[in-house]
Amino acid sequence: MKKIIRAAALSGAVALALAACGSAPEESDDTAGGGEAGSDFKACMVSDSGGFEDKSFNQSGAEGLDRAAEELGIEEVKVESTAETDFTPNIDSLVQQDCNLIIGVGFLLEDPIQAAAEANPDVEFALIDSAFTDENFEPVTLDNAKPLLFNTQEAAYLAGYVAAGTSTTGTVATFGGIQLPSVSIFMDGFVDGVAKYNEDNGADVQVLGWDKEAQTGSFTGDFENQTNGQNLATGFIDQGADVIMPVAGPVGLGAAAAAQEAGDVSIVGVDADWFETSPDYSSIILTSVMKEIGQAVYDTVKEASAGSFSSEPYVGTLENEGIGIAPFHDFDSVVTDEVKTAVEDLKAQIVSGDLVVESISQN
Amino acid sequence: MSQATPAPEQPPAGSTAPARRDDGLESRAQGALREMLTSSWLVTVAALVLALVISGVLIAAADSAVQDAAGYFFARPADFFSAAWNAVWGAYVALFQGAVFDPGAATFARAIRPLTETMTWSVPLILAGLGLGIGFRAGMFNIGAQGQIILGAIFAGYIGFAWDLPPVLHLLLAVIGGVIGGGLWAGIAGYLKARTGANEVIVTIMLNNIAIYLVGYLLTTSAFKRGDSNNPVSPPVAGNALYPQLLGSQFRLHLGFVVAILAAVFVWWLMNRSTLGFAFRAVGSNPNAARTAGINVNRMYLLVMLVAGGLAGMAGTAQVLGTEKVLTAGIAASFGFDAITVALLGRSKPLGTFFAGLLFGALRAGGFAMQSRTGTPIDIVLVVQSLVVLFIAAPPLVRAVFRLPSPRGPGAQPAELAAPVVKEAAA
Repeated sequence: MKKIIRAAALSGAVALALAACGSAPEESDDTAGGGEAGSDFKACMVSDSGGFEDKSFNQSGAEGLDRAAEELGIEEVKVESTAETDFTPNIDSLVQQDCNLIIGVGFLLEDPIQAAAEANPDVEFALIDSAFTDENFEPVTLDNAKPLLFNTQEAAYLAGYVAAGTSTTGTVATFGGIQLPSVSIFMDGFVDGVAKYNEDNGADVQVLGWDKEAQTGSFTGDFENQTNGQNLATGFIDQGADVIMPVAGPVGLGAAAAAQEAGDVSIVGVDADWFETSPDYSSIILTSVMKEIGQAVYDTVKEASAGSFSSEPYVGTLENEGIGIAPFHDFDSVVTDEVKTAVEDLKAQIVSGDLVVESISQN
Repeated sequence: MSQATPAPEQPPAGSTAPARRDDGLESRAQGALREMLTSSWLVTVAALVLALVISGVLIAAADSAVQDAAGYFFARPADFFSAAWNAVWGAYVALFQGAVFDPGAATFARAIRPLTETMTWSVPLILAGLGLGIGFRAGMFNIGAQGQIILGAIFAGYIGFAWDLPPVLHLLLAVIGGVIGGGLWAGIAGYLKARTGANEVIVTIMLNNIAIYLVGYLLTTSAFKRGDSNNPVSPPVAGNALYPQLLGSQFRLHLGFVVAILAAVFVWWLMNRSTLGFAFRAVGSNPNAARTAGINVNRMYLLVMLVAGGLAGMAGTAQVLGTEKVLTAGIAASFGFDAITVALLGRSKPLGTFFAGLLFGALRAGGFAMQSRTGTPIDIVLVVQSLVVLFIAAPPLVRAVFRLPSPRGPGAQPAELAAPVVKEAAA
């Protein structure tokens, strides 16, 4: 045993030593050059308790900021929160660092961002997924804080229509991670889309996992435990569901695993195009409800760094492509032409305002 | 750790046999606890230094400039060392500036604000740590401070935002509500231990989970929600129910800090000067002897948990009525677990817990500056805390590293190391 340990330690040391044999870079004095040529604008971001590697909205936001930093040559600072109690200190620490723009990811930061915006009128703020309210919970606008909102239910509506149109068992399902407005907004749209399909085609496709009227449904309880997602999805599959939309960040991958195991069950991805981001499951991704948080962040940073920040809320819609549904990829031949045409029609109606998809979770 | 094996010492049980079902497991846990509580102050400081050194290595390893420089270590080793030094020094300087004093701040108020933040963060840690310390000295491993803080916050928060009362009275009632909430939650574990002998470690851990889901559920009900909003955040606590700010509105420091100091004095009085505290300690040192001496051990189990839970509930009030001013699902952050470390580091004594709470408050407060100024992951703070516990829990290791003498004089080291083995064999 000792010999094995010794051998392992020795080979480890050799590997380290070899790895350390690279050649030193040339001394250069371009510290002031390169990326900093753009401007001395400093854009900062505070995550919610999920952290920046949550494969969901924190990550999308961080990617948008990274892109802005790279392309616009600005400085970026990102800080993670581990709990709600971290928000205020994190924002304060960014204000102290002379950040020009501070972006809060997630509606849980509403109060801290609002308080900071009121206390620091010369700093610009943005908040993803929530607008601001006064003490009577009425909407309020602040001069230096911009809400970045998404009418996610519009895209989820289209996905629900497609799901109902491709289901052969007549049952589809959805579930969430935690019952939050930014989660149930997906489920509301999905349910309405299925209902629309039933109405148009005289069908009776059932949705498991969400009751829009009562605002109750199935949730796994967190955004981490994939096993819960797998178990819940297996339960739905046992009840006959053959299209599932998991609105739970990485927990949804558990549902994808359950679907793959079951065979002819497909998944509707959320936030990003899962066909691209989860290649392991690309063959079972029917479509995805995409929410372009990264683009919204990028645009906000770009405006602010050019000196044209406005507190006008950004609302991602089907019209401005802040949200949308992903291409059908492998399912292109499975989705019938009638459904495709109907989805295009519905999309046009929503964009023109003839059709309004409502959700109580919409800001 | 099998419960089937007979416990080493087995005097005839008193009338209340159920409480003693798992003595073998428990006496060993209590032995470990006693070992932690009796280590010298020097060991505590040494453990802290060791934790900072090892965390320094991790900070350097996680730093991208250090990683780059390590790639050509043999070509220019100086680069590697200067990069590592810069990373570690920069991180610890930022930690200090975020926790104590920031000389680069624009105003004096900003410069001393970090210290007040440290004090703010320390309040729940001190209060919950005091409660846990009482439990530890009475021989009870209460892991449930997290749940007790949450329950305290739920009670205090609800009274705070739902009721409409005059100043002073409102705050007083909200705090009392929080104390009752925390006390009741801990009381469940104490009652179950006293009546059925249920292990308080397991019961309190499970109660933590129940509390976490309970607050999550309550925040979806109309009684706790804000108007029509679906966000899981309660309405703000009424002004009358808030702890007054100690230094004006530009600091977050509130009266809860004074409450924590008073609570520390109270706990000192309780444990060192009162009959009840004597009974607590007697139960902690030897429940069988305490029982023989006429102390109702089961009643003490319940009382210890009620007092400990009340203090943890008070920590919840500091959060909801002082620092955060609203009830959220994450109101307790990880204070309940950090408080265990605080109590162990403070060796369960009020003064020690107070300073340990301040230290951990400083680590929390400084962690934000460390993350935002130097990009050091916030998790490093957690690593420092965890390493402190690790070393506190292993005094012989720390003594060996620093070549400190063993408390039992030279030559006692082997005996000490052998002691657990003898216990194992006996069990």
